[in-house]
Amino acid sequence: MKGRIFSVVGGMFLLTVCSKGDNSQVQAAPPAADTPPPATATAGSAAGGTITGKIKFTGTAPRNPAIDMSEEAACKAKYTTTPTEENVVAGPANALSNVFVYVSAGVPAGQTFTAPTTPVVLDQSGCRYHPHVFGVMVGQPVEIRNSDPVLHNIKAVAKKNRPFNVSQPSAGMKTTRTFTAPEVTVNLQCNVHGWMHAWVGVRPDPFFAVSGADGSFSITGLPPGTYTIEAWHEKFGTQTATVTIAGTETKTANLTFAAR
Amino acid sequence: MISAVIMVAMLTTQDTSAGKQVYQKWCAGCHGDQGAGDGVAAKYMIPPPRDFTGAIYQIRSTASGNLPTDADLMRSLDEGLHGSAMPGWRNALSDRERRDVLAYIKTLSTFFADTTLRPQALEFGGAPSGGTGDEALKVGRQFYDSIGCQKCHGDLGRGDGPSAPTLKDDAGRIPIFPADLHQNWLFNGGGTVDDIYHRLRTGLDGTPMPSFSDLLENTFLTDGQLWRVAQYVRSLSPEKPPVVRDVIRAPLIERALPHAPDDSAWTSVDAYWFPLVGQVVRKSRWFAPAVTGVWVKAVHTADSLALQVTWDDRSESPDPAWLEHVGRVLATLEQDEGATEQPALWPDQIAVQFPVTIPTGMERPYFLMGSSSAPVYQWRWTSTARTAAVAGLARGLERFDPVANGGVGAQAVYEHGQWRVVFTRALASPDTASQLPFRTSRAIPVAFFAWDGSNGEHGTRMAISTWYFLALDEPVPARVFISPVLAMMLTLGLGMLVVWRAQQKTSYRRQQ
Repeated sequence: MKGRIFSVVGGMFLLTVCSKGDNSQVQAAPPAADTPPPATATAGSAAGGTITGKIKFTGTAPRNPAIDMSEEAACKAKYTTTPTEENVVAGPANALSNVFVYVSAGVPAGQTFTAPTTPVVLDQSGCRYHPHVFGVMVGQPVEIRNSDPVLHNIKAVAKKNRPFNVSQPSAGMKTTRTFTAPEVTVNLQCNVHGWMHAWVGVRPDPFFAVSGADGSFSITGLPPGTYTIEAWHEKFGTQTATVTIAGTETKTANLTFAAR
Repeated sequence: MISAVIMVAMLTTQDTSAGKQVYQKWCAGCHGDQGAGDGVAAKYMIPPPRDFTGAIYQIRSTASGNLPTDADLMRSLDEGLHGSAMPGWRNALSDRERRDVLAYIKTLSTFFADTTLRPQALEFGGAPSGGTGDEALKVGRQFYDSIGCQKCHGDLGRGDGPSAPTLKDDAGRIPIFPADLHQNWLFNGGGTVDDIYHRLRTGLDGTPMPSFSDLLENTFLTDGQLWRVAQYVRSLSPEKPPVVRDVIRAPLIERALPHAPDDSAWTSVDAYWFPLVGQVVRKSRWFAPAVTGVWVKAVHTADSLALQVTWDDRSESPDPAWLEHVGRVLATLEQDEGATEQPALWPDQIAVQFPVTIPTGMERPYFLMGSSSAPVYQWRWTSTARTAAVAGLARGLERFDPVANGGVGAQAVYEHGQWRVVFTRALASPDTASQLPFRTSRAIPVAFFAWDGSNGEHGTRMAISTWYFLALDEPVPARVFISPVLAMMLTLGLGMLVVWRAQQKTSYRRQQ
């Protein structure tokens, strides 16, 4: 599975390298304003097919460790019960939320997508990240906000992207960052509060979603074709399915993880 | 997969073969043949050697997340990283070799080939003046607190903040220590105000130390205030790195012996710095000691000696908060036993070592706790029995026999990442065969050993020093002060006598 991701990404890298000065064909970053490439789709396009489904797991979910926030009274005050980590967030009937689902293969090579200029907002509140898992397109801004009156640092641990580590010592601070290469996933962490983790799926196209509280997800706007979708969970690993879309139909792909 | 192979092949053709040769000869032992930071020596190091394949560098002039400039890389290559095993290569390799190896190192990561990531140094400006004044340091201290430095570096900056036990590398495997800000000579990027300010702006990528540049954009503080933080941090270390002086001078004091570490008698006494290194002579060896050195003061009265040993230790062991950290330390380092030891809550310890008798010649017992035929006399203190010290004879690393009626007192204070322990003993010894009698005006060999329990240190895993000397000042007898006066008066008297006699003779002749 990893090999597949690597070859996709590696291939894209190679194409990028080989196509220097040939912007019309392939572009990893958002296009420059003056030279819009021809094969460009807009993220979130309403037309096209949809893949929807539910994510579940079998077995017993591990317990999320309780967080000791005694060092941070301002964060602790935001909870009525002891907060826990969000490693495995299960819903009714073994539904699994916080799963990043994306099209890992099938999008025609050479097709590029314009990243939205609207930022994805990551909030730090109660010494936890909101959302815990999210997707973003290459080049799309991520606005990191601090809603806690305490010091957070935001450290990105990445392999294909450049890692960064910035600090936000007070409430109201904002930092905007972008990612330059597809990567599932980049880990965001706070070293002041070792329990704080968020996971970012960085994709070159808009075909991704994160499963909700009931485990459901929906990827829209897919042109006809056969796609491999991959579901990634921080503790349970990955699952894949193959879905063929014709026209504007909606196909269902349910994925099941084994708890570990 | 094929594309990846082609990609690697494309990059390897850019290798400068000269740089590769230098790399394989001098760098690969730690950094690994492919630059992944996995050379044969890597498993003996905390912090570990840089993994060049990720191109994540701590010491840069560029914004967090950016590649380093060539000048940044050359600086680390030339100067070394003082808080790590990385030496400086300026005098070991020629200019040409250093340039070649730098070019080669850049080929080990694909990031340097990406022209969109060309690094650009930040504009730093210069430090505002008056940085050592009280007002400046007060501002620096204020922002040290408000930007949260103490979370990791601790209230007084000794790397003992509440988050310190949790810090890890990107992979979550290798422990990372927040710097002890009182030892600027061990800062990886240099210890000047400029160096510190640059680290605040750029962060140390790959570590928990973030960049504070965004604070300027958010107008949380001004550039001048961030400089004040750098100046405050600089002020925590001595003006110059401590110089090792071989002989501890113990003055004679005309007051009660200071048993307590906080006794005011200590403030006017000179402190001597002795660096410690890992015990790598005997198994089980220890390559990552946490205690970098001890500060020692000594005084004596007519009948007793007091010796104060002070050292920075980021944890008051045993402390359960550090247990997972101990596990990470032990898992990171190759251990002589082969198997990784289970982490446990070991105490902090310090040992002061003397010979059994003051040697008459140059011969001294083996510095590493003596031998079965030539034991050494030691005082041992442990943090689990704070106000006690055990005196005894060590016969090598494995054997320590406490002596009866050791008569060594101890008092200890742990405050803000620092231990201060005072040992006291009578100068005279009830048993001169095993317990050294202290005499004035003699060079008494002395050595030190330290263990940080929360760094996995116990038994032979410790920090050690070589032999140094302790010299107790002789009481100055009263005749030292009186004799010159008497001599002067006598000379004056004799001179006047001679003059008077001469005048007598002259007047006698005139009368004739």
